Amino acid sequence: MPPPLLAVERLQTHFPTSRGVLRAVDGVSFTLERGEVLGLVGESGCGKSVTSLSIMRLVPPPGRIAAGRVLFEGEDLLAKDDEAMRRVRGARIAMVFQEPMTSLNPVFSIGDQIAGAVLAHAGGGRRAAWEHGVAMLDQVQMPSPRQRARDFPHQLSGGLRQRAMIALALASGPAVLIADEPTTALDVTIQAQILDLLRRLQAERGMAVLLITHDLGVVAELCHRVAVIYAGRIVEIAPVRSLFARPLHPYTRGLLQCLPHPSRFGQPLTTIEGVPPDLRQVTAGCRFAPRCVHVIASCRTTEPALEEREPGHFVACPVLR
Amino acid sequence: MTTQPLLEVRGLVKQFEVGSAWLGRRRRFVRAVDGVSFTVERGRTLGLVGESGCGKSTTARLILRLVEPSAGHIGFEGRDLLSLSASALWAVRQRMQIVFQDPFGSLNPRMRVGRIIGEPLAIYGRTDAAGQRRRTRELLELVGLDPAFAHRYPHELSGGQRQRIGIAAALALEPSLVVADEPVSALDVSVQAQVLNLLSELRRRLHLTYLFISHDLHVVLHMSDRVAVMYLGEIVEIGSRDAIHREPKHPYTQGLLSAVPVADPTLRRERIVPRGEVASPLAVPSGCRFHPRCAFAFDRCRVERPVAREVGAGHEAACHLY
Repeated sequence: MPPPLLAVERLQTHFPTSRGVLRAVDGVSFTLERGEVLGLVGESGCGKSVTSLSIMRLVPPPGRIAAGRVLFEGEDLLAKDDEAMRRVRGARIAMVFQEPMTSLNPVFSIGDQIAGAVLAHAGGGRRAAWEHGVAMLDQVQMPSPRQRARDFPHQLSGGLRQRAMIALALASGPAVLIADEPTTALDVTIQAQILDLLRRLQAERGMAVLLITHDLGVVAELCHRVAVIYAGRIVEIAPVRSLFARPLHPYTRGLLQCLPHPSRFGQPLTTIEGVPPDLRQVTAGCRFAPRCVHVIASCRTTEPALEEREPGHFVACPVLR
Repeated sequence: MTTQPLLEVRGLVKQFEVGSAWLGRRRRFVRAVDGVSFTVERGRTLGLVGESGCGKSTTARLILRLVEPSAGHIGFEGRDLLSLSASALWAVRQRMQIVFQDPFGSLNPRMRVGRIIGEPLAIYGRTDAAGQRRRTRELLELVGLDPAFAHRYPHELSGGQRQRIGIAAALALEPSLVVADEPVSALDVSVQAQVLNLLSELRRRLHLTYLFISHDLHVVLHMSDRVAVMYLGEIVEIGSRDAIHREPKHPYTQGLLSAVPVADPTLRRERIVPRGEVASPLAVPSGCRFHPRCAFAFDRCRVERPVAREVGAGHEAACHLY
């Protein structure tokens, strides 16, 4: 079997604070295969965005990657020098963010920005790069791409800005696209359009996508596999149908049950009581134990490891069967 | 008297001026709310749902007269709200309260929780200091918090706890109507479920009437007896939860329902997502405002503004298809 396109191994990313070290990501491992869409799902502060920033080596200081490896095409990105990393970032692994207004440059037209990215990574002439940019805008279904290429980010609506952001990210033909909450700031009808677009582009280009989201609906729509992350650790990872049909971790079950669902509108929602732990004071045992209704004595002393229950379906909980 | 709705809104309009008439430039107006009508029965929840800029939050503020309407009628507990004097309005305001989206921005960071909750009681001179402390304790318990929270500051609390404080403060004066404007949108889903359950339970226990506003169609359907769908300042469809959920008539409602991602990968459906984007409120399309995005639009839709028509029992839609 060929090695996976991207393999994250025992990643730890820490942020020093005045009240101790905050372990935002604390031993995360997963693989991303060629052409695969993997969802990384969890609530605020669980470490999903820090994981993606760690892969790109864009963790904001004073945060730092404390341990682990990020193997991309067999090479450890964490061991590369800055120049070599720059040749990967944006070219081979690209990223789109929740708020395109903060990631697009406000003083250049979107056509110039895409052309600039093409020149930086692929070279060639300015004119060819501009034409490539227009073609990219066309691929993301930007209306009148040739005219729109001359627009500045503030002249576009949120949905069109996100299309421009995707065009920019894909301009260099990356092997991996990391999409961090790409539709969270958008209205639901625009979100549906962008999800359709991402699905089509992913299939056409056969690129791998790491989708970071808090929304299990978005996961169900787009992903092949999904990893559920809680308090800096992956608690369950499985093919998407298997996860939704047979969630095995109490946290995953809780997340699925606490959503209003068409089959039970108006009935009381199942809740997960309590709040996630303070990641500066990680204690022994399972991190979800204080909120778990299935907790047994050993949960509080032994940190459960991921084990395979069904083909490809791993869970870090020895209690639920 | 028992059949009279608690809240009755007719032909509500709010026009905002954009830019100025300076140096002969033409004054331009945005009609954020353009002829909105509905009623809410006592003890019921009406949900208002729509995307950014559809006018749902402005509607809420108009009803509370936090923003002055340009035209229309608002009847509340049998009184005409728009004709009330300032002092009469001040008295009526005790009966109608609002819970905001952002539990971080809506609580005064320099006040302890006890004072935040007790302040409405003090303003309306309801009780003395001892009574205020007793009532604050009751209210904290009512929203599921330990009375010791009275001594904390907002920054010491989680988002869910802060939203409970916002709810407690809204309930301090025993209102009959609570307007909840995106009350769970800033919260993670596990906390969202706790707050939604709390709101449902409070409605039952205290016989409250809710106007529940959200951009999240599933949350609105979950919380409401009746649902009004807004688009560019208008209500395009209103009906019972079941009618809106199972037999949506307006193409926009159908599109919204179809656009919501469902947490079930076996349900990859054929979707009818409205194409394009919402028009600018400065350039509202002629005829039906939804027609540029509508898959069913025909000639009449481009010229004639549709009026709300009955399409079922207590179910109305403003669409030329019916």
